[in-house]
Amino acid sequence: MSMTNHIGKPLNRVDGPAKVTGGAKYAAEFNVPNLAYGVAVSSSIAKGRIRKIHADEILAIPGVLQVFSHENVPSLAWFDRSYKDDVAPGGSPFRPLQGAEVKYSMQPVALVVAETFELARYASGLLRIDYDVEKHDTDLETKRDDGFEPGRGKTGWVPPPKPRGNPDKELRNATHRVEAEYIHLAQHHNPMEMFASTVEFLGDKKLTVYDKTQGAFNSQQYIMKVFGLNKDEAHVISKFTGGGFGSGLRPQYQLFMAVLAALELKRSVRVSLTRQQMFSMGHRPHTLQYVELGTNPDGSLAALHHHALHETSQYEDYTENVVNWSGMLYQCDNVKLTYQLAKIDVATPQDMRAPGAATGSFALECAMDEMAYAAGIDPLEFRLRNYAERDQNANKDFSSKKLRECYHEGAAKFGWDKRTAEPGSMRDGDLLVGWGVATGVWDASIQKCAAKATLTADGHLTVLSGSNDIGTGTYTIMTQIAAETLGLPMAAVTFQLGDTTMPEAPLQGGSWTAASVGNAVKQVCDKLGEQLLKLAQKMEGQPLKGASYEDVQFVNGQIRLNSDITQAVVIRDILAANGEEKLEAENTMMPNPVNQLKNSLHAHNAVFVEVKIDPELGTLRVTRVVNAVAAGRILNPKTARSQVLGSVVWGISMALMEESVMDHGFGRYINHNYSEYHIPVSADIHDIDVIFVEEEDDKVNPLGIKGIGEVGLLGVAAAVANAAYHATGKRIRNLPVSIEKLML
Amino acid sequence: MSTTTTQASLGHPAIAPPPALGTVTLKINGVERQLEIAPWTTLLDALREYLDLTGTKKGCDHGQCGACTVLVDGKRINSCLTLAVMKEGADITTIEGLGTETNLHPLQQAFVDHDAFQCGYCTPGQICSAVGMLTEGKAKTTAEIREMMSGNLCRCGAYTNIVSAIEEVLNQPKA
Repeated sequence: MSMTNHIGKPLNRVDGPAKVTGGAKYAAEFNVPNLAYGVAVSSSIAKGRIRKIHADEILAIPGVLQVFSHENVPSLAWFDRSYKDDVAPGGSPFRPLQGAEVKYSMQPVALVVAETFELARYASGLLRIDYDVEKHDTDLETKRDDGFEPGRGKTGWVPPPKPRGNPDKELRNATHRVEAEYIHLAQHHNPMEMFASTVEFLGDKKLTVYDKTQGAFNSQQYIMKVFGLNKDEAHVISKFTGGGFGSGLRPQYQLFMAVLAALELKRSVRVSLTRQQMFSMGHRPHTLQYVELGTNPDGSLAALHHHALHETSQYEDYTENVVNWSGMLYQCDNVKLTYQLAKIDVATPQDMRAPGAATGSFALECAMDEMAYAAGIDPLEFRLRNYAERDQNANKDFSSKKLRECYHEGAAKFGWDKRTAEPGSMRDGDLLVGWGVATGVWDASIQKCAAKATLTADGHLTVLSGSNDIGTGTYTIMTQIAAETLGLPMAAVTFQLGDTTMPEAPLQGGSWTAASVGNAVKQVCDKLGEQLLKLAQKMEGQPLKGASYEDVQFVNGQIRLNSDITQAVVIRDILAANGEEKLEAENTMMPNPVNQLKNSLHAHNAVFVEVKIDPELGTLRVTRVVNAVAAGRILNPKTARSQVLGSVVWGISMALMEESVMDHGFGRYINHNYSEYHIPVSADIHDIDVIFVEEEDDKVNPLGIKGIGEVGLLGVAAAVANAAYHATGKRIRNLPVSIEKLML
Repeated sequence: MSTTTTQASLGHPAIAPPPALGTVTLKINGVERQLEIAPWTTLLDALREYLDLTGTKKGCDHGQCGACTVLVDGKRINSCLTLAVMKEGADITTIEGLGTETNLHPLQQAFVDHDAFQCGYCTPGQICSAVGMLTEGKAKTTAEIREMMSGNLCRCGAYTNIVSAIEEVLNQPKA
């Protein structure tokens, strides 16, 4: 079964034609009959209490159906646990419309429902709300001494490991030493599709919910617990998601609002948020980091200290792994990693693409560049000299690690050997040229996942798993795996996802979907294949008699003997010959606990960046990027490349543009729109090369998949900042690297 | 010590009644469609909410992202920044009018072949914008394509492949 017809091929997306014709339907696009429209109203204050909501004034407008707020929302689930979703952090989740207290600016405080969207929008802007205002505190910069170490609470968060060696002493004795603070403000995910839920009311408490989410089951569990629905009543569908980047990991408040309104009004309701309201939920937290490094005379790292402090809300302790990576990316025997939160009056932060690692790698990789310069070593050579052969945090071997190959192949493609070390020493005409390098590491995770496979008498295979495709290519790679496993053409296979009536799949996050759903699809297809072989062996005159599953291969629509491939049975004929309409298999894939515990499972990357800076204007362009990624087996180089291209754009964006600017006077992000919250446009993006250094790894999971959605972002922002230093001699440690900082 | 404030106080006390519905006739993808809408309905909402033409996307509702790009008399516009009633008598083309899944427009095919999208949400706007740009005939080089496609945001960061897809169609020999 080693022949590969589909896996590893650069195939077009199977959902491509639907997406380019407008046929792919997103959450706000299910125009069910008799639909009412809800528009959320956001608080104008950052902290205080609602005294009065003047709902009567807008209820007088013809066509306005209801104003929902804490003044009239019925009593719902009481305990915090009912509001906790799969990735809720510690603390007490925010409950929309269930109290007079305002905890952050733009908190949803009412929902206006009307016959048309236009009416609901109009009325929502007229809704008068009286508040008692309290003094808010939104400035993390004043909290350096108020940090606390969080308790446990969120899936996937690991407290920093205990210090190893004697970092304080070794830092004091180091030949060369650097220390600096690195800062970035809050950043918002801003997927192109705004959060929306269309809730079709089917009588009594029965609902079909079309939700924008990264996990239909997470949304289902949430509304079941909060509204006391059963599974049948809470049917959630999410076939297409217009970008997630982590923002759809937790159920957002429009889901609560749309379900509430549908149940109360006994009518179908859609609630769509505005772009401005996309800034009223989770975000990558404003983070202050301190890094201190020292070297020995031979250029090896003597000691490393990485500290991070980031914001969280007053009501939940959001956590992410910021500093842990610094203890495993380089060989170093004296390490101290510390991590703290501080509470301010904002919405709870939320996982945003490569949460923690994007942040941590920015600081660590800038500091490594500074250290290399201080020690007089080329930044790439410095990283190679301190290459980690083992994961020192966990004291385990890596299941596979080809980061060294990433450095070499990336450097060769980029032409790193032509770099001159002196800042400002490279030019292109009047432009300053800078070359920077950085690197990253990310978890190769896998989660329990179920799938079902059905072969019908016409030879068509349908595989179901209630996962999601936020643009990652899930539909396509799962079709490839299923087609490969049962030796069918792509056109004979349909993979479906995004429906809570399907076998349960985990949230789409953590870069674990390809591994989790992929291995589940492989397993269930193998199970179906075994049944199919048994059925084939009942056919008259067939040549597979006595063969076990290991003795045969599924190729080109046939089951054939490994020992003599001319001895074959056509798969299409098997069901008909046995008088069967269809053959089904269902299975739940469980990760191998031994392999998961014994090895350190990680993907790595090395990124090389060229910037050109106009010394008179301070304008910076990222003219070239080479990103070399080692992330196990690549299922589809075309969709995988797109993921890494997108990651590079994200890294450039983080380095040069993104910041949610808080006006502390109002306690509100003041650039809460696409015009002032900058992300790259086409003209900002130049040459990007993606290299995959394939790793064969049977320990990480049977298919050897590590996941590719996040690792490509790591180090990009640092490499840009390092390149800017190489071009100008200016160290910018406070993102984004903007014109005024370069000009100062 | 607390103070008090009131949100939306400008709307008080006089709340203007909403405008009455009227009949608007739009020619979309070659077909005349009649709808009963209030005059403050945007072309974007008319398409999505009243005509079930949901291929045209809403990404910001403020003319900042380009997801709602459609062609009006062959020219690309942001349909969120125009009222439906203003486009009576115009020839409106949406993504649904360019091609079908079994008969793709050359740009739609190029977008699929070059993997010029990920989540797909900005894609119809990108394609309509590219059709409009090619009609304008000003973009000849890669740099010009990048510049003239910069009104269409893609948060997945598919720009590299979007530009390759457009270049392929731009460089195709004319039949």
